Amino acid sequence: MDLSAILISMGGMGGIGLIFATGLAIANKKLHVEEDPRIAQINDVLPGANCGGCGFAGCMNFAENVVKGNAPLNGCPVGGVGTANEIAKILGVEVEAGEPLKARVLCQGGLNEMAIKGEYLGLKSCVAAHISGGAMKLCEWGCLGFGDCVSACMFDAIYMNENRLPVVIEDKCVGCGKCAEACPRNIIEMHPISHRVFVKCRNQDAGKYSRLVCTRACIGCGICVREAGENMMYLENGLAHFNYEKWGNKADLPTQKCPNHVLVSLDEEGTT
Amino acid sequence: MNLIVIFISAAIVNNFVLSQFLGICPFVGVSKRLDSAVSMGMAVTFVMTITAVVTWLIYHLLLVPYNLEILQYVSFILVIASLVQLVEMFIRKVSKPLYDSLGIFLPLITTNCAILGLALISVLRNYSFMESLIYSIGAGAGFTLALVIMAGIREELELADVPKQFQGAAITMIIAGSLALAFMGFAGLI
Repeated sequence: MDLSAILISMGGMGGIGLIFATGLAIANKKLHVEEDPRIAQINDVLPGANCGGCGFAGCMNFAENVVKGNAPLNGCPVGGVGTANEIAKILGVEVEAGEPLKARVLCQGGLNEMAIKGEYLGLKSCVAAHISGGAMKLCEWGCLGFGDCVSACMFDAIYMNENRLPVVIEDKCVGCGKCAEACPRNIIEMHPISHRVFVKCRNQDAGKYSRLVCTRACIGCGICVREAGENMMYLENGLAHFNYEKWGNKADLPTQKCPNHVLVSLDEEGTT
Repeated sequence: MNLIVIFISAAIVNNFVLSQFLGICPFVGVSKRLDSAVSMGMAVTFVMTITAVVTWLIYHLLLVPYNLEILQYVSFILVIASLVQLVEMFIRKVSKPLYDSLGIFLPLITTNCAILGLALISVLRNYSFMESLIYSIGAGAGFTLALVIMAGIREELELADVPKQFQGAAITMIIAGSLALAFMGFAGLI
């Protein structure tokens, strides 16, 4: 092996590479495909790691599917909040389209309200607690209080208060529904922003028992249904429900009539 | 005559997928639908043929005269990668639905061992230019054949009542194994 061998191999490989590079460059121009410029823009703000964490084959594929509407804006777990916001900026109009959804926590049973049945020493996760018979709270329908929803939220729009109940920060909530998916007890529901009144309980036990487990439980007494008038509300499985289609923006809600203060109007309280 | 033997051998008797177990990834990945299997076979055949021609030229005109055989892997991969890029651009231009249905398996032809294997086997067997050309076409035809047979079976399988435990990947593996067994039957042909 003398010096010429090295030079020849360098020259040979470099030459082959150059020829192919030129060919590809020409082909790229000739075979250029016009596509939505937003795909390239979104691809630029993505991390570019092609990790597949979003469930698509690489960042480019994710960008295409975001533009098509098959993928959520915040589908990139690596980029997180920042990337999702930038994608939202690029897509601009589409984010505003339709009535925005907000996550609503339909349980008021914090540590202070709920009856305690014992100590829970297991994994500090709602899913684990739910599978293993439900943490320390007696209510089998209510919030477990370990904050699976908080960790699911990629926009820091939800936190646990000192009463161990999740609180949604309405301004930050983008309505992705990740928290609602994460909650093993389906306490969090996605509601259009025009829904202002809620039955903040999911307890379907008989009234006598539900009164026992939580001071803020819906006991299915039906007072609200009678007060609200025909078809505005209804009882189902011992739980009051709103007929949101009929309700419209009606504001005079029989909140004060509810014995356990389960009915909550956002406009009255100003909280979520 | 020799050329015909080489073709038959590459396509059927020593089928790349079912006898030599090269290129298993697209064989399992793109054999869900018949039409995309055919186009995948075409794309691989194209890349194989051009690769065989170009690598033969590079090997015999550049590497052998200067005793640089050690560079064959690098230069072959260079050729394959460039060709796959070209095919990818072409398919994307011509048929976007086809591009979507092939998905990640199209750029993955680059790392398809069947193609590098073909180039290296041609060198190993000291094929002439014509022989390696025919060999590559045969190998491509064999690859397409395997993919099409597999896709045909899997399309039928959609309607079959497969026991729950065997659904999905498991039954695919079993079928691939049975197909390989069936292809063993060709062993005495030549």
